[in-house]
Amino acid sequence: MELILDIALLSLLLVTAVYIAWTRDLFAAVILAGIYGLLSASFFMSMGAVDVAFTEAAVGAGISPLLMLSTLAICGRAQRANPQRALLALLTVGVVGALLITATLEMPAFGSPDAPAHLHVAPRYIADSMREIGIPNVVTSVLASYRAFDTLGEVVVIFTAGLGVLSLLGLRGDVREEPIHSPMAEPSHLVLRVVGKVLIPPILLFALYVQFHGEYGPGGGFQAGVIFAVGFILYSLVFGLEAVEKIVNRALVQALAAVGVLIYGTVGLLGIVSGRNYLDYSGLAGDSVAGQHLGIIAIELGVGITVASVMMIVFFVFSAQLARGRAVPHAS
Amino acid sequence: MLLSALYNYWVVILLMMTGLYMVIAQGNLIKKVIGLNIFQTSVFIFYISVGKVAGGSAPILSQLTTVYSNPLPHVLILTAIVVGIATTALALALILRIRQAYGSVEEQDILAGDGQC
Amino acid sequence: MLTHLPILQVILPLVAAPSCMILQRSRLSWLFTVLVSLAAFVVSALLLQQVMAEGVIRYSLGGWDAPWGIEYRIDALNAWVLFIVTAVSTAVIAAARTSIEAELGASRQTVFYTLYLLCFAGLLGIVATGDVFNVFVFLEISSLSTYALIAMGRDRRALWSAFQYLVLGTIGATFILIGIGFLYMMTGTLNMLDLAERLPAVESSTAVLAAFAFILVGICLKLALFPLHLWLPNAYSNAPSIVTAFLAATATKVALYLLVRFTVTVFGIDFSLSALPLQSLFILLGLAGVFVGSAVAIYQSNIKRMLAYSSVAQIGYMIIGIGISTVVGLQATLLHLFNHALMKAALFLALAGVAYRIGGCSLEQIRGLGRSMPWTMGAIAIGGASLVGMPLTAGFISKWYLIAASIDSGFWPLALLIVAGSLLSAVYVWRLVEAGYLREPQSGQLAAEPGEAPLGLLIPTWILVLANLYFGVETSLPVSVTEMAATYLLGGAP
Repeated sequence: MELILDIALLSLLLVTAVYIAWTRDLFAAVILAGIYGLLSASFFMSMGAVDVAFTEAAVGAGISPLLMLSTLAICGRAQRANPQRALLALLTVGVVGALLITATLEMPAFGSPDAPAHLHVAPRYIADSMREIGIPNVVTSVLASYRAFDTLGEVVVIFTAGLGVLSLLGLRGDVREEPIHSPMAEPSHLVLRVVGKVLIPPILLFALYVQFHGEYGPGGGFQAGVIFAVGFILYSLVFGLEAVEKIVNRALVQALAAVGVLIYGTVGLLGIVSGRNYLDYSGLAGDSVAGQHLGIIAIELGVGITVASVMMIVFFVFSAQLARGRAVPHAS
Repeated sequence: MLLSALYNYWVVILLMMTGLYMVIAQGNLIKKVIGLNIFQTSVFIFYISVGKVAGGSAPILSQLTTVYSNPLPHVLILTAIVVGIATTALALALILRIRQAYGSVEEQDILAGDGQC
Repeated sequence: MLTHLPILQVILPLVAAPSCMILQRSRLSWLFTVLVSLAAFVVSALLLQQVMAEGVIRYSLGGWDAPWGIEYRIDALNAWVLFIVTAVSTAVIAAARTSIEAELGASRQTVFYTLYLLCFAGLLGIVATGDVFNVFVFLEISSLSTYALIAMGRDRRALWSAFQYLVLGTIGATFILIGIGFLYMMTGTLNMLDLAERLPAVESSTAVLAAFAFILVGICLKLALFPLHLWLPNAYSNAPSIVTAFLAATATKVALYLLVRFTVTVFGIDFSLSALPLQSLFILLGLAGVFVGSAVAIYQSNIKRMLAYSSVAQIGYMIIGIGISTVVGLQATLLHLFNHALMKAALFLALAGVAYRIGGCSLEQIRGLGRSMPWTMGAIAIGGASLVGMPLTAGFISKWYLIAASIDSGFWPLALLIVAGSLLSAVYVWRLVEAGYLREPQSGQLAAEPGEAPLGLLIPTWILVLANLYFGVETSLPVSVTEMAATYLLGGAP
């Protein structure tokens, strides 16, 4: 059964990928890329990677297609025919693919429990994380404590991207021009308004649940941040950007993006202050397990704040572009 | 035996190569970014496959199970997914600016516009 | 506090970046960035001193021992690279204010300094870490900020260059990710030292060989090693002047560090040299880079572009040093890492001054500059001399070691080719000197005689120029550190 599911998902992925490469309709390609994201999330689910599936669903089938659709709305959905470097591409792909195939021939079999990957570092996480950190979700233990520094880097990456997008699209002519209308649902539909109003509170509530439940089940700061941002994005789609800007101040969101990183960085420094190493939470509370728990909650909060803020910044900057593009047809 | 042990990786390699092909061959910048996405996502699928332990369940500790998937690749890929979306957002923002500056998102037009065809 | 130096080195700029974002006022954020960079420089000097005195320093992040946690591991090699990056960064960012005010709009300055700090922290993080996946994460921090910094250039080409670099850079990073995945699959670890211990048991497998190939290609894309260099000239010539100075002096150096780290420490020099015909590959690609880069540089009229191609050539020299793979060869590479950072930072900062006064930097535009901007033109001339490798300049020292290394190991035709490559670089440097001192200024320019570059820009430039002269004579610091690093890396073996 597991095998059939596995093969089915992989085949669907392959068909989707090939169709995306083949089609010249960019709109179809983006929608299929979203489906590709959803299929890979299902695949991750079938591999027992619940946290990864959750994240991939939010990113690959949510945020990423949303941004691409905004881009398409400005740049047009038709793609020119002629692939220019087909030969070079085929050659590269052929060489790289052949190298990869050769590499697999001497790899441990798929799913084999005796593979080196499962015997060396990972067993400690499964065997001792309960005693050392005291939370059941091993993925959270590893990402928030054993390898917390990678996760700090990840938050900084998100912060960097938000800043980069802002520097490219958000800072020119910072004076507010004409009010920006919602691009996607122009004369907002009554049904949309009602459904939107009803949906948004549960979405935000769910985000908080995911934020604080990450130690026990799948979830955590990143997923919560994305869901939280989606609540506001939905609001802006239905009621228009200016309605959102009445509630959330742009400068505040930008500052919050920085604050999230600072929270994470400072929790790390508290480790040094408490006489241990950077990002060692053991000294934050009476006993080390309680300290770990406290530290993880704090850094996950930092992650959630930065992720939610950056997602909102990026989406609002993109839809402001879209509104501007609509108002002034491009002159070229 | 070989086929059942490795087919998973082979399909993943095909997926990677489809993505990489798109990045190199397509002249449309948005299509390039989609290709980059597929390339990266396929690498994620590879990592998660590496973490698979036959019969293992999700790495959330409970009394009922003793065999779990390897949590480490999951952690790495969580980070990599975030890096991927960060790159995508930045790339799309660049595309919007390129469109404003050159009036096109086709590589040929851009090169022609700069007179370096 | 001294025990926490390794992490402070990275965390200082990393936490400073979001703080800088909150500062808002552009003067203030500049000053803040300079201070942070200076503090990082002090930390790196202390680290270097500590490593020279006591040997390798290890630091477990989160208090988890490697390989379960991530560790920072500082030996003579990365202490040296950290020292170079922080030193050059401090000089460059101290010079940045006027140039940035002129080239960027008022509203983008705070964002610029924040991105700069992120890029700086990313580069330091790559160098300091002893964990291969952590390398990937910090590589992406530095890359994403670099793309955004390049796109801030004035010309629309900056956008296209940034996009090209983004695509190639992401392919490179994904290749590295694939390689790391294979390594993890075969060994179960991500820690560099642990990998070095566990790889010999599985090194004959094709998966490890493929991992090596993918990581190598990924790094060489970032390094702009010929023939993967195509993104570099566009990126360097279109980025804001300060960004070019910073990237030319640091980013390729860090990529080169990664190449050494992976080939020598992680995979082990014996495996690296026997798995692929790496020795001849590096020497051939290095030579090709030297000759193609220099030859193309000669025909450029945009000076930033000329120096960008010259960087491709200089990377060639460094690769040759690794290819020779003796202690002296590696030492020559590490010396050139330092010297090239000094000369390119000086040259690109001087060009920032030219761009500030004249608004561009083509050969036409610098005609007669020796008269109107004598200090700036002097900096270009001395920096150029160092680039050629004239005696009494820093450039001479590293070329000398490289030639000595090739003769020592019996590659004496290689020594001749290196000298020939230097002659090519003399040709394009001569074109600069000729335009600056021997040509009359363009008639249109006489109306508004440009003054000397602002002092804030000129002083850091000249500090770097003087460093080029100083380290051309008094070489004890770089020679002793690089000798220690090279001997340590190659384990005393020839």
